Amino acid sequence: MLAKTMAEMQAEGQTPEILFWVGCAGSYDARAQKVTRALCEILNHAGISFAILGQEERCTGDPARRAGNEFLFQMMAMMNIETLNLYGVRKIVTACPHCFNTLKNEYPALGGQYEVVHHTQLLQELIQSGKIKLKEGGVFQGKRITYHDSCYLGRANDVYEAPRALLEALDADLVEMKRSRKNGLCCGAGGAQMWKEDEPGDKRINIERIEEALETEPQAIAANCPFCITMLQDGLKAKEKNEHIMVYDLSEMILQSL
Amino acid sequence: MNVRKSLLLSPYFSPLNEFVMLQIALFLAVLALTGWFAYRGYARVWQNIHLGKPEPTEGNRAARWRNVLLVAFGQQKMFKNWLPAVLHLFIYIAFLITQVELIEILVDGLTGAHRFFAPYLKGFYTFVISFIEVLSVLAFVATVAFLARRNLLKVPRFWKPEMKGWPFRDANYILIGEIILIVGIFTMNGADTVLQSRGVEHYVKTGSFAVSQWLGPALFDSLSTPVLIVVERFGWWLHILTVFGFLCYLPYSKHLHILLAFPNTWYARQTPRGEMSNMPEVQKEVRILMGLEQPDANAATNELPVFGANDVFSLSWKNILQAYSCTECGRCTAACPANITGKKLSPRKIVMAVRDRAEEVGAAIAAGRQSRDAYDDGKSLFDYISPEELHACTTCNACVEACPVLINPLEVILQMRRYEILTQGAGPSDWLPLFNAIENNGAAWAMNEPRDAWRN
Repeated sequence: MLAKTMAEMQAEGQTPEILFWVGCAGSYDARAQKVTRALCEILNHAGISFAILGQEERCTGDPARRAGNEFLFQMMAMMNIETLNLYGVRKIVTACPHCFNTLKNEYPALGGQYEVVHHTQLLQELIQSGKIKLKEGGVFQGKRITYHDSCYLGRANDVYEAPRALLEALDADLVEMKRSRKNGLCCGAGGAQMWKEDEPGDKRINIERIEEALETEPQAIAANCPFCITMLQDGLKAKEKNEHIMVYDLSEMILQSL
Repeated sequence: MNVRKSLLLSPYFSPLNEFVMLQIALFLAVLALTGWFAYRGYARVWQNIHLGKPEPTEGNRAARWRNVLLVAFGQQKMFKNWLPAVLHLFIYIAFLITQVELIEILVDGLTGAHRFFAPYLKGFYTFVISFIEVLSVLAFVATVAFLARRNLLKVPRFWKPEMKGWPFRDANYILIGEIILIVGIFTMNGADTVLQSRGVEHYVKTGSFAVSQWLGPALFDSLSTPVLIVVERFGWWLHILTVFGFLCYLPYSKHLHILLAFPNTWYARQTPRGEMSNMPEVQKEVRILMGLEQPDANAATNELPVFGANDVFSLSWKNILQAYSCTECGRCTAACPANITGKKLSPRKIVMAVRDRAEEVGAAIAAGRQSRDAYDDGKSLFDYISPEELHACTTCNACVEACPVLINPLEVILQMRRYEILTQGAGPSDWLPLFNAIENNGAAWAMNEPRDAWRN
């Protein structure tokens, strides 16, 4: 089995060292599910003892809060914190920067204090400590790859280097877009935009971003967020490049190089 | 120090003839008028800022000082784009250093002395004024470049809809004012240089100034001494009147950023950008709803609570301070993904709207048309900012990152979204399925399969 739930582990008398927060996209979105599975495989490969909440996990409330629905956010947060505290969770890893931000920055004020890391940070740590070793001459060695900073990992939390360190470990040829790091351009999905039609305008934001990505003439695009991946892939489709250029989550790239 | 006594002892102090007496009287009158107008202007801004809700200032003082020193004083964030940063730096340093000269102008103006510090500081005086002159030339170049960028090159961020009318004129007035100021300085110093070379009484030897030593003779050598004295006085008065004019104009202008950038960077939020402010009042309600807390026995009121912000009264005073600190440069708007792709949202416009509304509300209260505690003019921030603008935001924090003086337009947008959803029960209909799915399924999409189906 890819992953056990907290309840299953508890029944076996085990306490995992880390909780994998899957998030709504990672649980239900077909593309993001692949990332979820990839991360589980890496964690299993590295011999990390982890668990998920499974059906006890709920939306963190991030899109509700950003839309302005504080009641709904507070309800989700209370229930999640209750669950997390019940299991005595200390450390959380997540592949979603929105979940990451909410768990790390917004739950403490409501009684949820955890050490929260984004999966790119955990993967960097696992490589540094030698718990996972990437094979020589991996698939991405020497490949021209551009990296898209998600807003909620980047500007919101100042994590710029961990994902880039992974690309370096993969021996990929990182080509930066004009707007990167602190000046990175949003994919267009944040602030609950994912769930609504665009306001009237000239262009979709993901098109603007994919055009910039394509200027770097990449062989693949690396991302760290399920929503960015959807947006960038939609952009590639609109540009009819989706058959030549892949958008990968960094965990998928690591898994392919194990 | 007894200034009066030292003045009389000074060999350079000329007798108080009528010409000098008249100038002192004029100076005093202008100073008093400036004081009065400036006081009114700044008091108005102070009061308008305090229309907002109180908000305590938490966090690290060392980090706050670092912000003031690096971001406001050191202009760190300007250097994301080096060309305007360097040009702006010229004007900024010239402005800072010219304040030294102002001290002398005040002393001279009040006593009728001429270049009071020259005999005391000697070579150092020559150096300081020369330094100011070199900076003034650089500032002149920068100002002309800025006028060209704005009016001829039409840099896009200066030509957005919110820049039409007053904001456009305001920016040009400031730049033209700076040019007048520099013209005043060189007229004054240039004429002075020629008068000194002719050994005219009252014009103390100052040593050669870096620019005026050749600019003065080049411009004014042909003029007779009496005309030259008038030209020198004209330059002196032009300089000081422009400075006083600026002082009174600032609280009505976007240029107020030269003062408010400092407190604004001090009060800027220290928490991670991604963190939204908590709403303890909602938290309490939800805890009661979930049976985690008992309602207060005597909390029964019929009044519906107001959540989020629809007006300056429901924003934090810091949001209004930020609005008055905005110099409308538009770096936020140029970085905004929604604006870049043609949506109506412009973070700069959001900030300007907060300031304009504070002005409107403040004026109505000051005129006695409204009271602060029961303010109701039938309008709100929603008359300035449309839901369409609020709904276009991706909360990406690009505007927050872009601001050179640490203004946070996103906070206002999110507070207004909260008002729209929680108080008005409005908002985009697209979000209803999202809210329903979260509420009923605990997931952002309504799905039939279990949350961990991906395991199989």
